[in-house]
Amino acid sequence: MTDILITNGRVIDPANQVDEVCDVWIESGKVAGVGKFDGAAKKTIDAKGLIVCPGLIDMHVHLREPGEEWKEDIESGSQAAVAGGITTICTMPNTEPCIDHAGIVLQVIARAKEIGLCNLRPIGAVTRNLKGTELTEMRELSRSGAVAFSDDGKPVWHAGVMRKALEYSSSFGYLIIQHAEEKQLTEGGSVNEGWVSTQLGVQGMPVEGEDSMIARDIMLTRRADARYHVAHISSKGAVEQVRLAQKQGLKVTTEAAPHHFALTEDEVLNFNADAKMSPPLRTEEDRLAVIEGLRDGTIEVIATDHAPHHEDDKRCGLSCAAFGIVGLETMLPVSLDLERAGVLPMVDLIAKMTANPAKLLNLPEGSLSQGNAADICIFDPNKQWMLDREKLRSKGRNTPWHGRTMTGQVEYTLKDGRVVFEKGEIRV
Amino acid sequence: MPKPLFGLKHLFGIGDLSREQITSLVNLGDDFIDINSRSIKKDATLRGRTVINLFFENSTRTRTSFEIAGKRLSADVINISASTSATKKGESLLDTGQTLAAMQPHVLVIRHSVAGTCEFLSEFLEDTALINAGDGSHEHPTQILTDLLTLKRSMGDIQGKTMTIVGDIAHSRVARSHMLAAKIMGYNVRIVAPKTLLPAFVENYGCEVFHDFDAALKGTDILYMLRVQTERLTTNCYFPSIREYHETYGLNMKRLKAAGDHCMVMHPGPMNRGVEIATDVADSMKSLILEQVEHGVAVRMAALTALCGGATEE
Repeated sequence: MTDILITNGRVIDPANQVDEVCDVWIESGKVAGVGKFDGAAKKTIDAKGLIVCPGLIDMHVHLREPGEEWKEDIESGSQAAVAGGITTICTMPNTEPCIDHAGIVLQVIARAKEIGLCNLRPIGAVTRNLKGTELTEMRELSRSGAVAFSDDGKPVWHAGVMRKALEYSSSFGYLIIQHAEEKQLTEGGSVNEGWVSTQLGVQGMPVEGEDSMIARDIMLTRRADARYHVAHISSKGAVEQVRLAQKQGLKVTTEAAPHHFALTEDEVLNFNADAKMSPPLRTEEDRLAVIEGLRDGTIEVIATDHAPHHEDDKRCGLSCAAFGIVGLETMLPVSLDLERAGVLPMVDLIAKMTANPAKLLNLPEGSLSQGNAADICIFDPNKQWMLDREKLRSKGRNTPWHGRTMTGQVEYTLKDGRVVFEKGEIRV
Repeated sequence: MPKPLFGLKHLFGIGDLSREQITSLVNLGDDFIDINSRSIKKDATLRGRTVINLFFENSTRTRTSFEIAGKRLSADVINISASTSATKKGESLLDTGQTLAAMQPHVLVIRHSVAGTCEFLSEFLEDTALINAGDGSHEHPTQILTDLLTLKRSMGDIQGKTMTIVGDIAHSRVARSHMLAAKIMGYNVRIVAPKTLLPAFVENYGCEVFHDFDAALKGTDILYMLRVQTERLTTNCYFPSIREYHETYGLNMKRLKAAGDHCMVMHPGPMNRGVEIATDVADSMKSLILEQVEHGVAVRMAALTALCGGATEE
């Protein structure tokens, strides 16, 4: 008798090119089969009308543990993740202390395992203490479980250090993820520089801040033959540069956050600090360029840049407010708009949140291959619900979607064949 | 609470006001000018009302103007400046606002370096009217109402007239508010500055943009000079030197003459003599600068009256 049978769902497993109404069955925490199941099961989940896919992977998440647990800890972040159908989170190293040595890598992984809701795959720092001057022990970090390297939150600003980081990491095939921002251009800015920043009378962050850093890094990537990944791409110019680099055969990849393809700078016109992030929401032209990048495959991954902040850090006026919004619980419904708008077929959309990040980071997750850990997301693509920030699982309440109707809701999340989220409730 | 006049609950920015509201405030300010020239400068309009001036930025001129305005209308006026306030002890802006609002003033007049401070606080302070006395580089509505009153008295109807604003437009709340007011009230604004001192897409305001001051002079009715914020110059490269700035964008007698006899000069103060404006221009018959200061008090009396001067609803 099989442990769990998920039946009648539309099973979408991009890694195995599956898109059909069939069954998925699970034994001993692993996927035992996808197809027509003939037999008995201890537990059956009827997924009629629902989509069954691999548990989502979010390769860009900020948890605030260690150091700022009042903003988010690994437990609340894990809960938010599974409530959003996400079973693997890759966490950025800008914690306190930051993830720049093996001990911290091991510590956060152990803590996530103890909580047991989702996989935590840390991203190690590129430079010690995120200072941008000395490289971290990337080999040691990688052996401990770091899946990529980034100083995210900050750019690796020093061109010489970035060159060495790309060269060193490429010796071992590691991925460098860059928060592309030339601070000398964006310093003091709060929102995109343009007509909106002018009307608000706040200092803007020009797109050239993002574009020029990417231009620099692409040159260095070419020389180093490195693997370079642009975090949270937001501008038309940036998408064009990545597309060109890919055409030239460089190992340049990128990700887009849902807010950058769903919203524009108009969100901050009423000084809404819950729409303040870095890179900032940009113009409609930029938004459409990001969508085109997703459509034509330039942008392979959707990742949230989940950045929880305490309300004190947001309630102080736009130019004083912290950068960042929460995203784990809104990634799927917001991204589903791309399918509804005809930008991407469902299978391609799901690939950007499962198979593609898994491939980029060499993760074992992200598919329903037989024998894989049964990390599964089951969602209703059409169910509508109202987002109430007070009901978020994340400790962060900083979302621009408060009070808006979301379409698409996670019904079940399974981790290692265990139901960890079911119809709005976390199951421990 | 007293019923506000002209449909005004708060005064955040000129851009939020209708032509009728602006006209009403300017006319009410006009009426109050008389009080300022009496020997006993007191009126009972705001007796029993409490006004708190909460200034997070240094501003002798605007703060004093609001203080005198409130006192001449018999309001109880309390001044709080950031240097002595709880914010120095680490209290947040919101807590300071809520604490003061809990003492039940009728009006909080706020100046802050963060744009949108009044809009932000208004979400949390329900019963207190807020006046924006300058927020970041965003808006400064009472300054613009002051200018409109001054222009009304010196040249009558400003419909169709051309105001040329010169200097640091990028950081100027006065320039932004005038560009908004111009659209509502039907006058033209020209902007003169090097690109380093212009905000993005400034032409979207519907103003003409010049980099050459001399080219902008012809057809100008009002030359509005902005202060060069010399405190910024140590770390930034907005222009190479004061000398070059004065040569390129300073208003001297020669330029004033080129603009024509009808042209008047304004400045929101404080002036840097010899930088954006030559002394002989500042002190000339064409200068409205001291009238602006004088009328500022009357306009602020109007603004306070509009927000808390109406009859109390029992």
